[in-house]
Amino acid sequence: MSLDAKIPEGPLAEKWSKHKFNLKLVNPANKRKYDVIVVGTGLAGGAAAASLAELGYNVKAFCFQDSPRRAHSIAAQGGINAAKNYQNDGDSVYRLFYDTIKGGDYRAREGNVYRLAEVSVNIIDQCVAQGVPFAREYGGLLDNRSFGGSQVSRTFYARGQTGQQLLLGAYSALNRQIHLGKVKMYTRTEMLDVVTVDGQAKGIVTRNLITGEIETHSGHAVLLCTGGYGNVFYLSTNAIGSNVTAAWRAHKRGAYFANPCYTQIHPTCIPVTGDHQSKLTLMSESLRNDGRVWAPKTVAVAEQLRKGAIRADQVKEDDRDYFLERKYPSFGNLVPRDVASRNAKEMVDDGRGVGGSGFAVFLDFADAIHRLGKDAVAAKYGNLFDMYYQITDEDPYKQPMRIYPAVHYTMGGLWVDYNLSTNIPGLYALGECNFSDHGANRLGASALMQGLADGYFVIPYTLGDYLATIGPKPVDTKHPAFEQTKQDVIARINKLLALKGTKTVNEYHRDLGHIMWEYCGMARTEEGLTKAKGLIQALRADFWKNAIVVGANEEVNASLERAGRVADFLELGELMVDDALMRKESCGGHFRLESQTPEGEAMRDDEHFAFVAAWEYKGDNQPEVLNKEVLDFEFVHLTQRSYK
Amino acid sequence: MSTGNMNLTLKVWRQKNADTKGAFVTYKAEGISPDMSFLEMLDVVNEGLIHKGDEPIHFDHDCREGICGMCSLYINGHPHGPKNAITTCQLHMRTFHDGEIIVIEPWRAAAFPVIKDLAVDRSAFDRIQQAGGFVSVNTGVTIDANAIPIPKVIADEAFNSATCIGCGACVAACKNASAMLFVSAKVTQLGMLPQGQPERYSRVQAMVAQMDAEGFGNCTNTGACEAECPKEIKMTNISRMNNDFFSAKLFREEGVHEHATGE
Amino acid sequence: MSEFKQTFNSSLGKKLIMALTGLFLCTFLIVHLGGNLLLFSNDDGFGFNVYANFLTHFPPIEVIAYLLYLSILVHALYALILTIKNRKARPVRYAEVNKSTATWSSKNMGLLGSILFLFLVIHMGDFWFNYKFSDKLGFKEYKTDLATGETKSGIYQASPGFEKSVSVENNVEIVRVKDLHARVASSFSNLIYVIFYVIAMFAVSFHLLHGFQSAFRTLGWVHRKYTPIVSAIGTWLFAVIIPLGFAAMPVVYYIQSLK
Repeated sequence: MSLDAKIPEGPLAEKWSKHKFNLKLVNPANKRKYDVIVVGTGLAGGAAAASLAELGYNVKAFCFQDSPRRAHSIAAQGGINAAKNYQNDGDSVYRLFYDTIKGGDYRAREGNVYRLAEVSVNIIDQCVAQGVPFAREYGGLLDNRSFGGSQVSRTFYARGQTGQQLLLGAYSALNRQIHLGKVKMYTRTEMLDVVTVDGQAKGIVTRNLITGEIETHSGHAVLLCTGGYGNVFYLSTNAIGSNVTAAWRAHKRGAYFANPCYTQIHPTCIPVTGDHQSKLTLMSESLRNDGRVWAPKTVAVAEQLRKGAIRADQVKEDDRDYFLERKYPSFGNLVPRDVASRNAKEMVDDGRGVGGSGFAVFLDFADAIHRLGKDAVAAKYGNLFDMYYQITDEDPYKQPMRIYPAVHYTMGGLWVDYNLSTNIPGLYALGECNFSDHGANRLGASALMQGLADGYFVIPYTLGDYLATIGPKPVDTKHPAFEQTKQDVIARINKLLALKGTKTVNEYHRDLGHIMWEYCGMARTEEGLTKAKGLIQALRADFWKNAIVVGANEEVNASLERAGRVADFLELGELMVDDALMRKESCGGHFRLESQTPEGEAMRDDEHFAFVAAWEYKGDNQPEVLNKEVLDFEFVHLTQRSYK
Repeated sequence: MSTGNMNLTLKVWRQKNADTKGAFVTYKAEGISPDMSFLEMLDVVNEGLIHKGDEPIHFDHDCREGICGMCSLYINGHPHGPKNAITTCQLHMRTFHDGEIIVIEPWRAAAFPVIKDLAVDRSAFDRIQQAGGFVSVNTGVTIDANAIPIPKVIADEAFNSATCIGCGACVAACKNASAMLFVSAKVTQLGMLPQGQPERYSRVQAMVAQMDAEGFGNCTNTGACEAECPKEIKMTNISRMNNDFFSAKLFREEGVHEHATGE
Repeated sequence: MSEFKQTFNSSLGKKLIMALTGLFLCTFLIVHLGGNLLLFSNDDGFGFNVYANFLTHFPPIEVIAYLLYLSILVHALYALILTIKNRKARPVRYAEVNKSTATWSSKNMGLLGSILFLFLVIHMGDFWFNYKFSDKLGFKEYKTDLATGETKSGIYQASPGFEKSVSVENNVEIVRVKDLHARVASSFSNLIYVIFYVIAMFAVSFHLLHGFQSAFRTLGWVHRKYTPIVSAIGTWLFAVIIPLGFAAMPVVYYIQSLK
């Protein structure tokens, strides 16, 4: 089946304006007759819930954390892009659009990405109006910096805590609507299923994480803003609680899952120290503006470093290989994330990795400290240096940081059309939860932009069109689908609670992570992926026999929560492998060793793979069906990405 | 799974739920690596408990990089443990020595009832923010972001206040269980910025009223909050809020802003 | 009025009352110390007794004095109310004692204040009450030769109801006044009494070490430039000079009484 993305006709720059005009509107007096469910209250969900409530809809918002302010959007460090061109350095909506399409390795939709670039300017206005304290220059105007893979300074930031400040802005807007009674907020509540009535999404089933109560909630539309699924790798920069459950449950109810194999591996994370590790910490990409990435030129020197026989600062200039500067003279250390990550992996595979485990390269600030002074470096990156010191007990002012790539973001997600609607009418996906705007690789400082664009400036328009179409008739909560879905959820919980085996859920999760990282990580092969598929299937079967889940449903039960999420990851993992197997080309974050240029760069196969892979669930342990949405490039010319 | 050589004794507060009485239970944490974070150490203990079929120690946590504000724990007499300017998830076991006895308690405050074991209900913080911790602008403003220049010093000061992660360590550390540092950080952030001026005096009244209603104690300026704040929010925020509050109550015309509900 | 009631019933309002009464009491300490320095003048209590009479009989000062007593009571009462509320805010105590960095004085204002309240009850009962409402105190007569400026003192047997008289006879000024000084000297010859005084002055010191600057914080008067000055005044004037000055009196008198 081919999918209709419903991209409006017409010139790129006019698509969104024309579309907005053509969308149906809901009469102001009727808006209060509609209930909208928003699951997840990060940047996308918080922004959507607040904006929809401002318009007059009744919003019910859900998050599994104790407060909407905890959503993992809060951890984004670097910044948010916007085509303001405040720096007069040649930026424009078109350039942001072009950079994003190219950065995504030509696997995103032109229409969506152009709209994203277009509304990016409104986001900054909106956030400033809310009191978000962006960095400013002495003249009192907003400051910008350049950010990974970009040659203009279009990134707005708030020290290394941009995500926090933007999220708190959305949280404040949400709070205002809660105060006004337009949003009913359900915290510590986890969505466990979608209720569909006659093919339309009409509600959700949730578990109260304090009492264990299983509840149904109805609404005229359901918005999933539940983030990404990077935790399928066990170790990632995601929060411990980040999970795929909401999206995966929706997928199992019929929503297509698009491009699941597109995973962003972020190049600058603190390396793993041992098996005890529960998560990986990102060091902001902004560090690459002043830090120089290198590895020893020879295995012998690397060997000495690994054994601790010499310190990094004792390695002579001649023995260092600044491999990014050497291979990519024009972008140098600022190449996009996928390129930087893959090169670090190459160094390690080549035996030139450093650190106790050998899984690291250096990010060196000696030159920057020499050039700018320690104080200037501290002013720019002080909090990151402190964070690094805290975790590693090493002083980055004296020794270069050790960094290694880690899973950071998932470009794949629920398939949505131009209106952010999944293929199930009434079910929408926003932010990282959907697949739409980043193609096969996301550029730095674009995630915050997309989450807020979806929540503040896209869904308030597109949702109205759907709601106007279905009319304000109350949702029939007596429909058997509600009770049936609830019973399905209870049955699954009981099945999990019955697991009294020998291996903890955490151990299964770690095993899955190892498989995914090894075979579906930075470099993928037909052989490895095939092997991984078998391993995951076996692991999943073992989980349902031998896992241990303790406690009962009617209480706070982290063991049960975790088990449900890991069970879903065990299914998702296989789909990611299927997708990676199917996509025999390399593109962006998806690197198939079989498809590379003579220089070792990712080689796309536009003839066969310029499409979105939207997978359709067909039942437990049944192969999923591939639906293709062909990507038409009307305005940009497809080229091999080059950052040389 | 054990990768280190530290052995510790933990005295952990266990409490089934808000309605039951709790008590300390002693656990051994063995084979702990100094490179583990405090929460990873608890993960190890919990894995051991699950293997035995026991219920793991419940604690709140999420991002594990010191920004979400979800983790808590009152460790050996300190919220977020003995080191300054970090959260519990950023605390590493190298801070402790082999053989040490570590006492772990939940945040203690009437306004933060225990949910289970070491996790407490901090929704009082949300309700205070809902009472007025916002600028009343709807989505879709058309004022250009650079239309209002803000002096860098003001923006930086506002930013310092805005870094609060809402973890509740200030309440936990305060001998009076006062929430003044938390409340004042938001009041100050918005009170300093031009965007926050129109509601400056109604906001402070609304937020203080909600704070009082939640049953937090009174500030006696001991400074324990500032000392324990993982984000180093300063007590000057409290004074700024006091100033705004007294100005509002004694000299300004506006009362607590009554919002139209739009209905 | 109800808005004011609301204001002063709020947590911040109560703190405002604590701060204002506290600062008022601080200013009184300066005046009190200034007057009491007369105890150190070697005039057999002439200056001191006249000063005591002035304080208790000049109407504006009397009004302020009653404001002062009221402030003490309000300050203590609100301290009690706030303490009870603060206790309620943490119904379950920590097992491990809080080790957060905070000065000892800031954490023990209630204890220090209680010592001070006890001290004030004894102090005022001993001097102020006896001076005003009892006939336990004698009178003294100071005869100053206006030509030479020489003063002689002696006991004066006053009739009931007598307070003070000033007259000039034969170029000699005769001042007859209640002899509080004798009461002071007698009290300060009691070692236990002196030790209690000194302890109380330590309490004053620590109470004000925190209290003075804390009042400014509560009032919201903080400023990058002025707060260090407030801090210095609170430390050096209120926590060092004033308590030292007050403590010196009983100590000096006690030492003199030994001779």
